[in-house]
Amino acid sequence: MARVLINLPAQAKRGEIIEIKTLIAHPMETGYRLGRTGVVFPRDIINGFVCTYNGEQVFRAELFPAIAANPFIAFFTVATESGEIAFSWTDDRGETQTEVRQITVE
Amino acid sequence: MRNGWLSLPTRRLVLLAGAGFSLTPHAVASPAEMDEVIRNLIGEATIKRGKVMLELPPIVENGNVVPLTVSVDSPMSEANHVTAIHIFNEKNPQPYVATFNLGPRAGRAGVSTRIRLADSQRVVAIARLNDGSFWSDSADVIVTLAACAEG
Repeated sequence: MARVLINLPAQAKRGEIIEIKTLIAHPMETGYRLGRTGVVFPRDIINGFVCTYNGEQVFRAELFPAIAANPFIAFFTVATESGEIAFSWTDDRGETQTEVRQITVE
Repeated sequence: MRNGWLSLPTRRLVLLAGAGFSLTPHAVASPAEMDEVIRNLIGEATIKRGKVMLELPPIVENGNVVPLTVSVDSPMSEANHVTAIHIFNEKNPQPYVATFNLGPRAGRAGVSTRIRLADSQRVVAIARLNDGSFWSDSADVIVTLAACAEG
């Protein structure tokens, strides 16, 4: 599957607002680009992104072809408790890639 | 006055002409289409200016990767928070850029991403608050190398 970069603190204080930065390798083919033969490259983008914190959704994004290749999304969340933060990207073919990171909250 | 009338449009026309070559022969969104899409989103509500801050570079050399940051002045409490941030553009093939859904768990209403711009144009960010009100900000960007130029 695609290469993913996720940047978030491994530890945080309870109630602290942390920034999470994510990037996934993807061409984000717009469906508007012409190849050498004049045929349009079919659209193939990541259209959805969800972040859950111990199973509860804390952030969701709907993406369109106007998002640059290798979509980068940075956002904030409150460190409430220790556990798992999961990230899921869904593309036009319906395939989903999920990555999980641990966070320790004191 | 005559001089001013001549020089400014000429400069713009040159920029527009340059961008025109790069576009594929597909439909291109217009400012009117963007307004229509925004109207469909907000319904009868009115959009107020303020609270939202949309940060984009005023001039970009490469329209394929344009850093965008949007933040909303909000306490992000249960009683008062941002539920969604919508980004629109005027002149890409589609007026939509992205929609971000957030809530009190975000702590701070701020999102950064990287977008594509097919032409020099205005980008609009609209935030929806949990009380049903809409707030917006816009930014004008001059693009010297449009996205899709290599297509």
